Amino acid sequence: MRSLKLLLVFLLALPAGARAQGKLTVVTTIEDLAAIAREVGGDRLTVESLARGYQDPHFVEAKPSFILKMQRADVLIAVGRELEIGWLPPLQTQSRNGKIQLGGAGYLDASLNASILEIPTGQITRAMGDVHPLGNPHYWLDPENGKRIAKSIADKFSELRPKDSAYFQQQLASFTSRLDMAEQRWLQMMAPYKGTKMVTYHRSFPNFAERFGLDIIGYVEPRPGIPPTPQHTLDVMNEMKRQNVKLVLVEPYFDLKTPQAIGRETGAEVLVMPPSVGGVKEVTDYFKLFDYDINLLIGAIKKSGAK
Amino acid sequence: MRTIRLACAALIAATLVAAPRDAAAQAAGQAQQLQQQIDQLRQEFNQRLSTLEAQLAALQGGQPAPTPPGQAPAPTTVEVPPGAAGAGGPTGPLPVYGAAVAGAKVFNPDMAVIGDFLGAAGRNTVDPQPALEMHESEAAFQAIVDPYARADFFISFGEEGVGLEEGFLTLTSLPGGFLTKVGKMRAAFGKVNTLHNHVLPWTDRPMVTRYLVGGEDGIDDAGFSVARLIPAGTLFLEATGEVYRGDSGESLFRSSKRGDLSYVGHLRAYQDITESTNIDLGTSYSYGHNPAGVVKDVDLGRFTTQLFGADLTLRWKPLSRAIYHSFVGRSEAVWSRRQQFGGRQDTMGYYVSGDYQFARRWFVGGRYDRSAHAEDASLVDKGGSALLTYWPSEFSQVRGQYRRTNYADGPAANELLFQFQFSIGAHGAHPF
Repeated sequence: MRSLKLLLVFLLALPAGARAQGKLTVVTTIEDLAAIAREVGGDRLTVESLARGYQDPHFVEAKPSFILKMQRADVLIAVGRELEIGWLPPLQTQSRNGKIQLGGAGYLDASLNASILEIPTGQITRAMGDVHPLGNPHYWLDPENGKRIAKSIADKFSELRPKDSAYFQQQLASFTSRLDMAEQRWLQMMAPYKGTKMVTYHRSFPNFAERFGLDIIGYVEPRPGIPPTPQHTLDVMNEMKRQNVKLVLVEPYFDLKTPQAIGRETGAEVLVMPPSVGGVKEVTDYFKLFDYDINLLIGAIKKSGAK
Repeated sequence: MRTIRLACAALIAATLVAAPRDAAAQAAGQAQQLQQQIDQLRQEFNQRLSTLEAQLAALQGGQPAPTPPGQAPAPTTVEVPPGAAGAGGPTGPLPVYGAAVAGAKVFNPDMAVIGDFLGAAGRNTVDPQPALEMHESEAAFQAIVDPYARADFFISFGEEGVGLEEGFLTLTSLPGGFLTKVGKMRAAFGKVNTLHNHVLPWTDRPMVTRYLVGGEDGIDDAGFSVARLIPAGTLFLEATGEVYRGDSGESLFRSSKRGDLSYVGHLRAYQDITESTNIDLGTSYSYGHNPAGVVKDVDLGRFTTQLFGADLTLRWKPLSRAIYHSFVGRSEAVWSRRQQFGGRQDTMGYYVSGDYQFARRWFVGGRYDRSAHAEDASLVDKGGSALLTYWPSEFSQVRGQYRRTNYADGPAANELLFQFQFSIGAHGAHPF
């Protein structure tokens, strides 16, 4: 067994040593991670996301064309927290790429330094729906987490390309300071609307709500991953009326029928709000994601008179 | 962390000592209050610290169940039982061995059990199924072995007993782009042969695979598999070569001596047409010794079977509505060349099927079957099925299938088959 392993190590070391220190080839699972990687990596990498921003990241198909992309990757950046559990592991196995396997030098779980909300405590069962035992994986919708993700990415890139380390750290510093400024602006814009109550379709916005002081009082889904039921929809409507809630946020990949029915019944505005870069055409980077979402939200709050 | 606690305790001690003595009498009440506050703060601090430590440990090691704050950790000692003390024996608390290895549980494989319950109504005199049966319970154990490999075990508990459906090692990072599997596995012959029962879009397996490709279990044998990607631009092209012991199915392959290995070759081409549509084409070949020439455990005939297969899968799934609508069209054709006493039987069979998802939890489907029997090319059976599937959640499924079969040598069968499937444990990968 040991000699077999040694042989494997030897064989693996061969191509790695011979490889030229060219641009890093980065594959990310979702577009937000690609956007941040692009900010940090600048012109020293090529980056591609497997899922599109208008796609439900829980239900991406493990297409063989993704295997081709992953086979050539130096780095694979995943959201983690079991978001991609239904599709990423078989792709990793079939990628024939030792670098990007779990625990490989080229694998990065972007959630490790991020602030994670809704980590369940006590007994967890599937009666709670498709619950994520390691916490809510939609953590990138908070600029503070954006900075933490960027730092993890910069550190990973520096580790793999020590010669470019200074460049990556400089890019990181630039991204962080630009994001700091933008965050101040966003916080100012949102300040008058602190405490605004709303309902969202899936639990995709807890970090966004916490950062900008919004109050999510319920969900269109009765439980994560379980489609709306008539009784639950009725309960949501009644609760919205009781608390005078005038906003329903829907991710671009969910059906609008139930949210619109709720909107008609309660007089609430139904907003299709992208939780990801690429969720709508004009959101092409991490900054535009917040610009778009905040403008959309403020417009709707003003229109509906919600508070 | 310990130094922080010590510092905190020192600070508290210093504060208490430093209180002026002369003012002590009148400030006694105040000091006591202060101490209470400090104690309370210290307690809160320690609680938060231990919560954070537990969370950190859980994050770093993926260890479950951090001790909730305010609750003592599980005791690692027990008292000597009453009456057992004395006579030079141990006294007081005894250490409990085993608690220290609780962390080893993080290396337990991902486990899941999938139940497949089948029912049948209607009339079938040729190939009757029981009215109700717990057709199969599949236990899956999957984990990463070491930096170079992962292992997958699927044990199926059926009405006839327990069997290892698959159990193999996958070497994930061999140089040269080889994906190598060693163990017992479903062979890469066509599409359906590789699929476990619970991911089939029907309650049964198509006629052609039952008649020509090894029955219910298919080509499922111990051996090696090597798959390599062939560079072809954006086209995914994969060639697979497999060697097996040569025992598959009731009457497909049987090895009488060590040299009677069976072989499987598969070439798969996959291309994205648009972001929502893709096409998957495959050709397969298999060869092995069949049991037709075995008389009283002696292989007199030394007969072989050759299988040729072609498969086509067309998938459509609009990305922004992927959870609501999809379509999968599939077809497989198999040609069998089976040597037996009385000459070679050249037979052929195929199926064509389509499944359309019309709502988040609902699917309709249909399938047409036609296949000759491997042992007798003159017997050609035909059949058709209509299906309706409902998914209460990702982890359970209810399916009904109306199936009509026209047997060449018996009365036609009209049956209503129904199925309940349910899965517990680790979240498995979605089939593609």
